[in-house]
Amino acid sequence: MFAFTVKRILQAVVVMLIISFIGFAIKHNFGDPVRDLVGQRVTAAERAEIRDRLGLNDPFPVQYARFLRDALHGDLGQSYFFKKPATEVIIKKAPATLELVFCAAFIIVVLSIPLGIYAAIRPKSLFSRFVMGSSIVGVSMPVFLTAILLIYIFSVELHWLPSYGRGETVLLFGWWDSGLFTVDGILHLIMPSIALSSIMLPLFIRLIRSEMMEVLETEYVKFAWAKGIKPWRVWLVHAFKNTLLPVITVGGVQLGIMVAFTILTETVFQWQGMGSMFIESVERSDTSLMVAYLVFVGIVFVLVNTFVDIIYGLVNPTVRVAGRQ
Amino acid sequence: MKVSTFKAAGKFSLLVLSLLVAALMLVGCGGEEKKEAAEKAAPAAPEKITLKLAMDADPVSLDPHVQLSGGMLQFSHLVFDPLLRYDKDMNFVPRLAESWERIDDLTMRMHLRKGVKFHSGNDFTAKDVVFTVERLKKSEDYKGLFEPFTGAVAVDDYTVDLVTKKPYGLVLNMATYIFPMDSKFYSGTDDKGKAKDAIVKTDYSFANVNESGTGPFTVVSREQGVKTVFARFKDYWNKDTGNVEEIVLAPIKNDATRTAALMSGDVDFVMPVPPQDLERLKTTDGLQLVTMSGSRIICMQLNQKRNPALADPKVRLAMAYAYDNQGVVEKIMNGFATAAGQMSPKGYVGHLESLAPRFDLEKAKALMAESGFPNGFEATMISPNNRYVNDEKIAEAFASMMSKIGIKVSLKTMPKAQYWDQFDAQVADIQLIGWHSDTEDSGNFFEFLSMCRNSETGYGQYNSGNYCNAKVDELTLAAQTETDPAKRAADLQEAEKIQYDEAGYIPLHWQNLSWASKANMNTEDIVNVMNFPYFGDLVIK
Repeated sequence: MFAFTVKRILQAVVVMLIISFIGFAIKHNFGDPVRDLVGQRVTAAERAEIRDRLGLNDPFPVQYARFLRDALHGDLGQSYFFKKPATEVIIKKAPATLELVFCAAFIIVVLSIPLGIYAAIRPKSLFSRFVMGSSIVGVSMPVFLTAILLIYIFSVELHWLPSYGRGETVLLFGWWDSGLFTVDGILHLIMPSIALSSIMLPLFIRLIRSEMMEVLETEYVKFAWAKGIKPWRVWLVHAFKNTLLPVITVGGVQLGIMVAFTILTETVFQWQGMGSMFIESVERSDTSLMVAYLVFVGIVFVLVNTFVDIIYGLVNPTVRVAGRQ
Repeated sequence: MKVSTFKAAGKFSLLVLSLLVAALMLVGCGGEEKKEAAEKAAPAAPEKITLKLAMDADPVSLDPHVQLSGGMLQFSHLVFDPLLRYDKDMNFVPRLAESWERIDDLTMRMHLRKGVKFHSGNDFTAKDVVFTVERLKKSEDYKGLFEPFTGAVAVDDYTVDLVTKKPYGLVLNMATYIFPMDSKFYSGTDDKGKAKDAIVKTDYSFANVNESGTGPFTVVSREQGVKTVFARFKDYWNKDTGNVEEIVLAPIKNDATRTAALMSGDVDFVMPVPPQDLERLKTTDGLQLVTMSGSRIICMQLNQKRNPALADPKVRLAMAYAYDNQGVVEKIMNGFATAAGQMSPKGYVGHLESLAPRFDLEKAKALMAESGFPNGFEATMISPNNRYVNDEKIAEAFASMMSKIGIKVSLKTMPKAQYWDQFDAQVADIQLIGWHSDTEDSGNFFEFLSMCRNSETGYGQYNSGNYCNAKVDELTLAAQTETDPAKRAADLQEAEKIQYDEAGYIPLHWQNLSWASKANMNTEDIVNVMNFPYFGDLVIK
């Protein structure tokens, strides 16, 4: 077990090195951040001088070595636009994204389970057909279109919900800006969470439905019917419990994809999270913030994956995790 | 009773007690939250006039000298106040300078307003103007503009001389960039031991996070990229002006969201308005749309060094005749631009009414036949795709129009983050560029876009067409040291005419400006062609 853990951690380190190298290589070829920092009148010579001061003229290996050295001390560089350490900027923006993902995940869980089960049990009913039909629409509609439509219906036409931003927030533990504890904040959360969940929700309904239908065909469910157990007990306890395992596995993977989708949602709703921050840093060639974000997200993913693998191995020794002999 | 019962009772009461404490804490928190909400609701009671403003970007810093950009100047007009500023017709209007007079060829005397206070409470005097001009000369972005000045000299507390090295015709234009800063406030060192007057582009500096100007608004709070709150400055010198007491500025980058925010009533004022939403906002009840012809010229530079065909004046003329400026303005820009035949927009001294856009396909074909390339030729072209309004579509239209006279253009577009390095490297024969004159004067266009390239003087720095005409250079340089407005105008107009006749580059159009707001404001009165809305003068009825 110990050897396995060490191996996983070493792998994680290698993965982080690769991520940081790719991020840094992109940065190096991305464009000149100084362009966005100066006016049109500043001459090429002066721009070169600023680049020199920022260490952008050094050869690639020198810059990368410096970056790695600083990163080991927890310093991922300086955001040129925010004029602050990049880590600080990212951590400030993280709560917004995490709350958005959390709310969207909540919507998905609350809706997909009952709808998926129902569609599996009564596949021929009108309602099931409606759910399955609209889920096709949901999957095929791009997030930004859903978002814009929501804004036009609920903000512009009906004036029910605010159109942009996070609204009023409350400061928790001194750094977590939360919109979950004010009415205004919750109102602002509704549309972005719906937009963000719109891609995943239909997928999950379909997944639960097909898994459940498969389980309903198995021998032990037939046996349960034969024993005369009440229908709800068969569906929920016997069948659904066994549907859940693959759904959770897929869900874990999809959560990561959802973080990526926040980029679109956040841009449309002017949601001040990490997604819109990343897109803006790309637009402004705020390259050091860009790399810092890539590395930061990389660290989070690698940590979570490593952790999950180790736990898996501990909890269920029969599971053969890749890399374990 | 046995001891153990006591113990049990003790345990039980401890449990009850802790539950009680927990409940109290919860109630207490709830109560506190309510109190907070009540406190937040309370100040709204005496109807504060608040303007909720959405722009596509927000100021990058609180230091007006850290960057020369539209956003920073818009900010400077809110928090600082210039010596003088432009009105809608580009006349100079006194602000902190009440009047001015020319003492001699090199000196312009400014008589300053008395009784003006900074946000810190300090008095505004000539010393602050001297401090500000010195700081401008140190700023990377501004030092080029203030290069012609030796500096400012305080004559007495309320008189200051702006002195130039050579006679200079744009002293007043430059005075619109002098937003006096509080010399006492910005002197010394801060608690981190750093100089308070330092100008820092990418890191912390005192001036980046603190401000003290004389402007109509003070900065109450600022979260960069999220929200900035301004409050009206109680001691502002100009009492009979706008009535907005608070401005909440939020950047909304996405065009559709910005429009939706105004239409849903979440914000009161948006700028700029995306061209596709103009019609919609104009026809919505309760909203008003104000548009104006702008001064940013979009043009194509034709590289005569890279492509021999473009060195032939007949070819260049043919291209100018083949491009349908008006058609592009109507079809691609939705009418939201002004077709251009020259660089200087109307209102600039170099503008010549006679230099109209020329579109005549027959003439273009005839010119091509006469030129050294009767069968056409191939050319490469680059354009940004996220810098100017509809830039990519404009470039595509240009390429297809050139194909009609036998010029096969292969176009490559890219985001602005990559574009400017390619532009500087002159990687293509035809390159698109947009330019706003930061002196609000024609000379600036020529100095950067059409004078012969000279790496020593910096003239022609953005002239990727390598157009070069000694006479244009001579006239532009003469205008720099000319203080007689009529003579300056004549020089600059002549230069404009020469470039028109030679088709040194192909002007496309000037981008229009737009603002939209609720109908109960005097939006029309506060906007101008520089796109610095004077929110201090905004009246909400």
